[in-house]
Amino acid sequence: MVEIKNKPVRILLQAFNYGLFMALIWYFASAPSVRILAEDEAMITIAFAHAGQLREPCRRLSQQELDELAPNMRKLEDCPRERSPVTIEARLDGEPFYSASLPPPGLFGDGGVDVFHSAKVPAGTHHLSLKMNDSVRFEGFNYSLERAVRVDPAQILLVSFQLERGFVLKDGLE
Amino acid sequence: MLVNPVKRTYLALESWFNLSFGSEWNPLYHLGTLSFFLFWVVLISGIYLFIPFHGSLDGAHASIEYMTHQQWYAGGVMRSLHRYASDAVIVTVLLHLFKEFASGRYRGFRWFSWVTGIPTLWMVVTLGITGYWLVWDEMAQYVAVGSARLMDALPIFSGAMTRNFISGGMSDRFFILIEFLHLLGQPLLLVFMLWLHVKRLSNVNINPPRGLAAGTFVALLALSLFEPATSHAPANLARVPQEIHIDWFYLNVYPLLEIWPAQRIWMLTIGVTLLLMMMPWLLPRRDGPKAVVDLEHCNGCGICFEDCPFEAITLRARSDGARYDHEVVVDPALCGACGICAGSCPASNPFRTPRGELKTGIDMPQLPANEMRRRVRATIGSMHGELKILLIGCEHGLNVERLDGSEVRGIRLICSGMLPPTLVEFALKHGADGVMVVGCRQNDCYFRFGNRWTRMRFAGERKPILRARAERERILIHGAAEPDIDEIEHDLGEFRKRLRELRPIDAAIST
Repeated sequence: MVEIKNKPVRILLQAFNYGLFMALIWYFASAPSVRILAEDEAMITIAFAHAGQLREPCRRLSQQELDELAPNMRKLEDCPRERSPVTIEARLDGEPFYSASLPPPGLFGDGGVDVFHSAKVPAGTHHLSLKMNDSVRFEGFNYSLERAVRVDPAQILLVSFQLERGFVLKDGLE
Repeated sequence: MLVNPVKRTYLALESWFNLSFGSEWNPLYHLGTLSFFLFWVVLISGIYLFIPFHGSLDGAHASIEYMTHQQWYAGGVMRSLHRYASDAVIVTVLLHLFKEFASGRYRGFRWFSWVTGIPTLWMVVTLGITGYWLVWDEMAQYVAVGSARLMDALPIFSGAMTRNFISGGMSDRFFILIEFLHLLGQPLLLVFMLWLHVKRLSNVNINPPRGLAAGTFVALLALSLFEPATSHAPANLARVPQEIHIDWFYLNVYPLLEIWPAQRIWMLTIGVTLLLMMMPWLLPRRDGPKAVVDLEHCNGCGICFEDCPFEAITLRARSDGARYDHEVVVDPALCGACGICAGSCPASNPFRTPRGELKTGIDMPQLPANEMRRRVRATIGSMHGELKILLIGCEHGLNVERLDGSEVRGIRLICSGMLPPTLVEFALKHGADGVMVVGCRQNDCYFRFGNRWTRMRFAGERKPILRARAERERILIHGAAEPDIDEIEHDLGEFRKRLRELRPIDAAIST
């Protein structure tokens, strides 16, 4: 193996190698940067968990059916576990923003669904339309919200859902 | 001889570092120990940072800012050392991976170290990710939300984590969990993985040469002083960070979330991991026949046990009724078939049975000691020049047969470490004017210690030693890879000159 015998040259070359190594570390420790949003962009995020309504309503058992059951298994109502899919449709300024029909997860189709969609939008005022159906026994959408919203640059407008309040817009966490 | 392009690239890099660092300090020969050293830097700086660090959402960023700016001369330097040494670990570990792959040291009996090394790399990466989380600045927010999206893509989480973060659900309790993971859980798991990674190696060294360690530390310190590590603005979950100066060594997967669904990123990550882990079987290489013990010629001295680089030999109580305390046992699953044990066995001395078959205590079926002796004798006999120089090479360094000429002939052993020093004496006694041993490049033996043990044996520092009566001027120990042929030819020329100046070989070397 060829080795430089001249000590000062050897040390200089070693310093050069260390310098190269540190330059590599320094550069990739913080560059190139990643731009997530442009200066005039904001973000609208739809994120909530919701369980669709039961596909079939609970049925009251007849006296004869109750008598046929073991005493410890007798319940007044028979409630099938399977839930309805959750269908959601969101439009921004009349344009489709998010649309999905989410089947209930789980072996028996009885779980709640997680809705998540996030997209960049230009900062400013927009018309937001939100519709959701969570029951196969209901034609059309049983929840809806239409509103003009304003988003500042870099702001996150969070759309969530609460059973008692319907769609909830959260435009800041402070 | 053609060398594959990956190995050629590696050898070129190795030659470049040999120029200035020499073989003793060449960082490519100490990538494992250098990584350990960097871990020490990370650990010590981390312990210092832990003292003033405030482990809460409200206090974390402010406490780190205090260290960075108000206490720049101590906390700031420690923070930068912590960060840059962590980044350097990724470089050394990736180079280590590349080196082992390029030189074929990942398959056959080495599969275990290779397979355990891949998850160890991931452990290092995840340790870095949780570290960035603790700063709780915009980059930590980016990492937190990105990690949540990745985790939510797995069936067990299903959306809950991401929702939690973007709806402001990050709590001090969760932050403390991350802190616990980074400070204790992950480091302990990493130590366990590292133990597993080197479990099949003997004489494991975790310290690089002092000069290399000092140089690396000074370089890291200089970088920490000239370009101190800084934070982004404090995290604010109500806003999206617009631009992040990410650390590409650890966070390179997160920008992919902008263009790919999380599931695809998992598929890529798992796919690459599995592909790497399967390499020993996708590009297999059969080990040669494993070492065989012949108890009739083994006195249980234990030299082979001490010399084995792969923990394949154990010493046990004698089982054949012989008067010795121990016998050696070879585990074929661990044996690298390098033959270093045969070179260390005192019974491999070729002078023992001048006429009869040479039998030794531990031998290689593919190249027994008796056959080595026969080849040495035959090769010397085939030379007809004024000088007779015997080259003894190995299968993984330079192919010494490329240098064959009227005055020079080479034979190849499995590893230079399987050469009993007495065989060199034997060659000189049987007509060779000089013997040149050419193993792998110094400090980079394919079988870890072959060339090192050889040098030590010939220098009288390790058993079995080259006896005092051997003419050392007629012996040259070298190390070379395929690209070093010009250099070896040059040194061979010098060796020739030296041999011509020496008096004719002393026939008095006795058996």
